[in-house]
Amino acid sequence: MRRVGFLVWKELLELKADPRLAAIVIVAPLIQLFMLGYAATTDIRDVPVVIADADRSSTSRELIARFEASPSFSVVAVVSGSNDADPFLERGTAWMALSIPYGFGAGVHDRRPQTLQIVADGSDANSATVSLGYAGNLITVYGAEKSAALRSAPALRGGIEPRVRVWFNPRLESRDFMIPGVVALLLLVVTTNLSSMGIVREKELGTLEQLNVTPLRRWELIVGKLLPYALVGMLDVFLVIAVALLWFQIPLRGSLWLLLALTGVYLLSTLGLGLFVSTISSTQQQAMMTTMFFFLTPMIYLSGFIFPIENMPAVIQPLTYLIPLRYFLVIVRSIFLKGVGLETLWPQALALAGWGVAILGLAIARSTKRTA
Amino acid sequence: MRKALAVARKELRQIVRDRRTLMTLLFVPAFFLLLYGYALNFDIRHVRLGVDDQDRTAESRSVISAFVNSGYFDLAAIVDDASTQALMNRNEVGAVVVIPRGLGRALLTGAATPVQVLINGDNANTATTVMGYALTILQSESAKYQEGAGAGGRPPLLTVEPRVWYNPQLRSTLFLVPGLIAYIAMITAVVSTALSVAREKERGTMEQVRMAPLDAASFVVGKSIPYFIISLISALGIIIVAMALFELPMRGSWSALLLALSLFLAGALGLGLLISSISESQQVAFQLALLASFLPTLMLSGFIFPIASMPAALRAVTYAVPARYFLIALRGIVLKGAGLQTFWVELAALAVYAALMLGLASIRLRRQWQ
Repeated sequence: MRRVGFLVWKELLELKADPRLAAIVIVAPLIQLFMLGYAATTDIRDVPVVIADADRSSTSRELIARFEASPSFSVVAVVSGSNDADPFLERGTAWMALSIPYGFGAGVHDRRPQTLQIVADGSDANSATVSLGYAGNLITVYGAEKSAALRSAPALRGGIEPRVRVWFNPRLESRDFMIPGVVALLLLVVTTNLSSMGIVREKELGTLEQLNVTPLRRWELIVGKLLPYALVGMLDVFLVIAVALLWFQIPLRGSLWLLLALTGVYLLSTLGLGLFVSTISSTQQQAMMTTMFFFLTPMIYLSGFIFPIENMPAVIQPLTYLIPLRYFLVIVRSIFLKGVGLETLWPQALALAGWGVAILGLAIARSTKRTA
Repeated sequence: MRKALAVARKELRQIVRDRRTLMTLLFVPAFFLLLYGYALNFDIRHVRLGVDDQDRTAESRSVISAFVNSGYFDLAAIVDDASTQALMNRNEVGAVVVIPRGLGRALLTGAATPVQVLINGDNANTATTVMGYALTILQSESAKYQEGAGAGGRPPLLTVEPRVWYNPQLRSTLFLVPGLIAYIAMITAVVSTALSVAREKERGTMEQVRMAPLDAASFVVGKSIPYFIISLISALGIIIVAMALFELPMRGSWSALLLALSLFLAGALGLGLLISSISESQQVAFQLALLASFLPTLMLSGFIFPIASMPAALRAVTYAVPARYFLIALRGIVLKGAGLQTFWVELAALAVYAALMLGLASIRLRRQWQ
């Protein structure tokens, strides 16, 4: 144990000798959390729209004012014909073009049904679907109001009255869902990177030879390397969770202690993963590439961080069980938003712990001191 | 230039020796596109539905089958008050329909009757869509029983005729694939250069380079040439896979695409070299590369999260992310068939970025050598 202590001390000294690294692992996650916390929203607001108003009546101006007043849209220009609107779509400065035909205002006054054409830029399919929905809704509501103002329409009677209730996140804030995910992602990025360079750096610089001639055992080498990074990781955990709670005011409905404890388990798997990469690489370049390509990228795309796992094809879904971030995302999001405890989360916690132990075991087995 | 080529030759020899790195850089990107292009989409189907039918009449069954037949919902569980909470907590159901006792009779007598829909809101984006599906289904089901609606009713005063350009079926793959191309090209380029200078520093071989009759600019250019070729090959590989397998159209010109791609890659390589020149160790370089290229390209480029929805301060930050310009140009060339005259601003921005990064890297190195 004393030998492990010395190794930890050596690692911490190295970290101290490289003040830039120390600054990066502490400050950078915070900056990133601030930026990503604001960026990572799937809410669609301020959709840039261009309006081609061939009518120029008081009714068409009233409709344009509705679009201007709506938080969902931001009117970038009002032009006179739909040909003038096309370049906006082509440039990408507007996502949607609404054409109000000549005679629209007169038609509405005579209570003749009118059709408005909307052209949406489908290259961003997701935003296009949502913004078409918004626009359709706004126009239907406006039409109903107009029609009621012109002539009182008979009220509908009977039928089903939908009562929708959204659980866990009633205001449908995507931030409440994304920020816990960003916390998990940042911890992964910082800790995997630190540990993935841990052993391979000694290999590349030739200092692993020196460690080999010390009476240090294999597992002691791994544990000694791991502990200082775990310390740094835990420090990051406190910082990012504090920012999520105090700055972004994400509600924490579950227990903070459970969250911290399971985050510790999660760090075990991310650090173990990094060390494993470190043992199978012979240069730091290889370690970096392996981490980026084979670990970080699949984790981001296949963990359910952004893209829901349920939407993936059935062949891909089993692959996601190999990803520790998948389990941790369920854990953080459930503790934050649902306030559930271990009685619900034990399968994820168990999977995460199993993952961590397995990958650390592999790293120890791979770190044959001889061949290194 | 001769000096730069000599550096390029030396670097190329070193790359070829590390077979694993070379193969990864060349072939993994195309494989990635294959995997993620297939795996990822925003289309929400097969929402797991829990049903609590307290009525058990023909009318209540008709409501349930309307949900199941819509194609959006799969009947996953018959629930009651007690089990709903647990199923929602474990995410085993995404939505629950609660039909109160007396629905059938009330509908036939023309009284308004509530039907409750509970939606699992932990993913706000999915929940919004699911809510839209549920409301549409209930409204059309409701119309069957309502007086004054349906075929005999008046048409609404205003209707919308939506048309979608460039991607009429609104396939999310066509939107995601260009983003993936930018992401993969960026990390390939940065991964390959971010460590190159820091490695020479760490191993002490930088001293030898410094002693050689070589100026910083030709060193930087020489370092980037081989990686430029490798990244260009792998980026073209991705684009070909996208066109062959994901029906990514090519409505614009190849020369415009090559120009945009080259400028983007030059900027990315420049960023990698700049990171490498300011880092004393490879570990610092790796961390900086992650923070400066990987996360911004993913989150701040408009790839997944729309830039228009971000707060103004953050929107200003996105102007410093080269992938932002590249994505606008790429989507424009490939999906919209727009020419260079439409995108010269973006291309100019990419060129300025590349010049700035390569220039800063040279200046930084020259200062270190003195």
